Amino acid sequence: MADIERALQERAKSAIDSGTPVAIIAGGTKSFLGNRVAAEPLHVAGHSGIVDYDPRELVITARCGTKLEEIEQVLAASGQMLAFEPPRFGEGATLGGAVACGISGPRRPYAGSVRDHVLGCRIINGRGEILSFGGKVMKNVAGFDVSRLMAGAFGTLGVLLEISLRVLPRPAASLTLVRECRDPVPYLCGLASKPIPVDAAAHVGGLCHIRLSGSIQAVSEAKNLLGGDMLDGHEAFWEDLREQRLAFFGSDVPLWRIASGPSAPMPNLQGAWVMDWGGSQRWLKSMAGEGEVRRAVEAIGGHATLFRGEGDAFHPLKGPLGMLHRKLKAAFDPKGIFNPGRLYPEF
Amino acid sequence: MQFGGSGRESLILALRALLGEESVLTEKEELAPFECDGFSVYRKLPMAVLLPSTVEEVQGILRLCSDHGVPVVARGAGTGLSGGALPVSDGVLLSLSRFDRIIEIDPEQRIATVQPGVRNLAISEAAAPHGLYYAPDPSSQIACTIGGNVAENSGGVHCLKYGLTVHNLLALKIVTMEGELLEIGSAAPDSQGYDLLALMTGSEGLLGVIVEVTVKLLARPERAQVLLAAFDDVRHAAEAVGAVISAGIIPAGLEMMDNLAIRAAEDFAHAGYPVEAEAILLCELDGTNAEVSEHVMKVREVMQHAGATEVRTARDEKERLMFWKGRKSAFPAVGRISPDYYCMDGTIPRRNLPEVLERIASLSRKYGLRVANVFHAGDGNLHPLILFDANKEGELERTEAFGREILSLCIEMGGTITGEHGVGVEKLDSMCLQFTPAELAQFHSIKSAFDQRGLLNPGKAVPTLHRCAEFGAMHVHGGSLPHAHLERF
Repeated sequence: MADIERALQERAKSAIDSGTPVAIIAGGTKSFLGNRVAAEPLHVAGHSGIVDYDPRELVITARCGTKLEEIEQVLAASGQMLAFEPPRFGEGATLGGAVACGISGPRRPYAGSVRDHVLGCRIINGRGEILSFGGKVMKNVAGFDVSRLMAGAFGTLGVLLEISLRVLPRPAASLTLVRECRDPVPYLCGLASKPIPVDAAAHVGGLCHIRLSGSIQAVSEAKNLLGGDMLDGHEAFWEDLREQRLAFFGSDVPLWRIASGPSAPMPNLQGAWVMDWGGSQRWLKSMAGEGEVRRAVEAIGGHATLFRGEGDAFHPLKGPLGMLHRKLKAAFDPKGIFNPGRLYPEF
Repeated sequence: MQFGGSGRESLILALRALLGEESVLTEKEELAPFECDGFSVYRKLPMAVLLPSTVEEVQGILRLCSDHGVPVVARGAGTGLSGGALPVSDGVLLSLSRFDRIIEIDPEQRIATVQPGVRNLAISEAAAPHGLYYAPDPSSQIACTIGGNVAENSGGVHCLKYGLTVHNLLALKIVTMEGELLEIGSAAPDSQGYDLLALMTGSEGLLGVIVEVTVKLLARPERAQVLLAAFDDVRHAAEAVGAVISAGIIPAGLEMMDNLAIRAAEDFAHAGYPVEAEAILLCELDGTNAEVSEHVMKVREVMQHAGATEVRTARDEKERLMFWKGRKSAFPAVGRISPDYYCMDGTIPRRNLPEVLERIASLSRKYGLRVANVFHAGDGNLHPLILFDANKEGELERTEAFGREILSLCIEMGGTITGEHGVGVEKLDSMCLQFTPAELAQFHSIKSAFDQRGLLNPGKAVPTLHRCAEFGAMHVHGGSLPHAHLERF
């Protein structure tokens, strides 16, 4: 645990002064995500440590290089958790990487995404300045919401130094029910319209997996209401789904992440499917071409990310949105120093 | 910038041609109802009030105003409490009151798509037949519109569990100052590119005009129950708040009122509050029937352990609503015991609540002005109500100075100058305390990315660096205000 903020700022300043782009890297577990950045590495893993955590506040503040594993252990000791279940994708995954990549685990549709839990951050912008936005409180509407803008920006708007996150109590009870499911979309959507404590819902290998979490009574009642078989070792199942360790994820076939409305029909694409987030995140293993995938996904009102494979990672921005993104990038990083091209080739 | 004479005439003519005579108001008596929002300390008449009915008309207005270099202030129901919809005299006021249609309730995807002028409560009413509702419930929910909720990132009493507007929003259509229509977000989660939805939410009308809103609906919980706990010491009540959270329970609402607020509310609403108590907590628990029963028992125990002198559970739905009625009418109730009151809105880390209350009490003595305290205690959002009489010379100024001291206290405690009411014109000076010049400059560059000439809602939300220099404020760094013992006016 160390505070190397000044050193990082100096390093950023010299990159800015010399106009040399940098690729921000912490644990390096999510380097496969997004487009490749050909630039000098800016290592931030050394900036680590939990700065502030008081379980009664439901807030944790930690430096970007703090390992997710450490944070989750500390939270668990007080009966709390990061409710968005950040995927790690390997040893050494950090908080900074999780927030910058903006990806969330199975509980996301029920408890919110990474950005929903971000309360504040400290960054180095493209002028080499250290800036703080948001704070350590739940409700804060002073100034534009820069902290949440950082989530999922893949480091293109600045170097994340420190992040404050909202945390939640771990549920008192949790179990997973499994049942055969030929037509998962209507089943999963039907569940979400009822007041039952579902906090994860996936369709894998022809089976619907429904996780129930909450008070002991509530979970037991919902279990009787829904029926189905209880899954032994259910925590391992959700972890394997989140970490992409299920057999489905094993091959070299390109992996697409398809986000859509939960009740959207399946896009007309050949390949193998896994469904998560109650239907709104679908994984596709397919050899279909990039254009074909994106067209089919647009037809159901969604967007597609090439999660693992060669090609442009993210769904192209439509119309004036592309221009607005370039202007925003310039507002934070006028010289285009941080992670150029990681999100979109134009910036 | 002054904009008058022939430029003004030609713009008004063009606007009349675009919208029709009856949708362009320019007579003084027609403009008067729009001279302020819920923050009525400041009033101004705009050059014209525009009442468009279609997105194309909004685009046309913004193009025309852009061409003429004329400022535009958007307005929903005008219930905002920080002057965000205060007109500018050389600009137009764009009222979205005619955008009042619910476009679609989709029970399958659990989303509602509505026009910005739809009232907050109307969304839940329309969703009710499907067993669904829209969670954020600002106290003005009968009147305030969803467009305004997005612009302010409104909260309410249920934020701790269900989040703010930003957590319940799926998509927006906005029109930029150039008149371009942008679609941001969708029913598909985590839209591609930057999180513009988060950036737009709470941007106080500075970045674009909202013309369509898609929100998430939730299944209505099977049961809601509320506990009322009374304390003879405010400190014990504050500690009970942390104890409930530590017990692993996230209440749907956790509200606190001090003695002055309790008495005022009881006189007004006859909610059955214990008027001798120094503080009461209202703790709402929702979920399945069994879950609520389990949590009610636990919370009762926690409250008693924390020193509650009395813990009551609402006997029935009628009493539950009475308990809430008292809390929800706290502001008008305080309005009856004083000619005027000024509602503050800061947030602090909960652990500092006892200290902040003591400091507010000592400021109250210093300024000779009474304060009633009402809090969203669960999320540390304070609403001290300063009681004053605007007809007494200098009392408003003293009240404002008192208010600014409360806000700088919030920053000093590691909190923020506004939890849910926004900065508007009201808290511009306090923004100079919370943010460094470099941070404010970053806000200005974001603004320029959307609206290069600064025509959308100018003079709101983010102070100019010049203003901060004149205000002479020192940024509060790392929680310590330089020369904290000195008075600041």
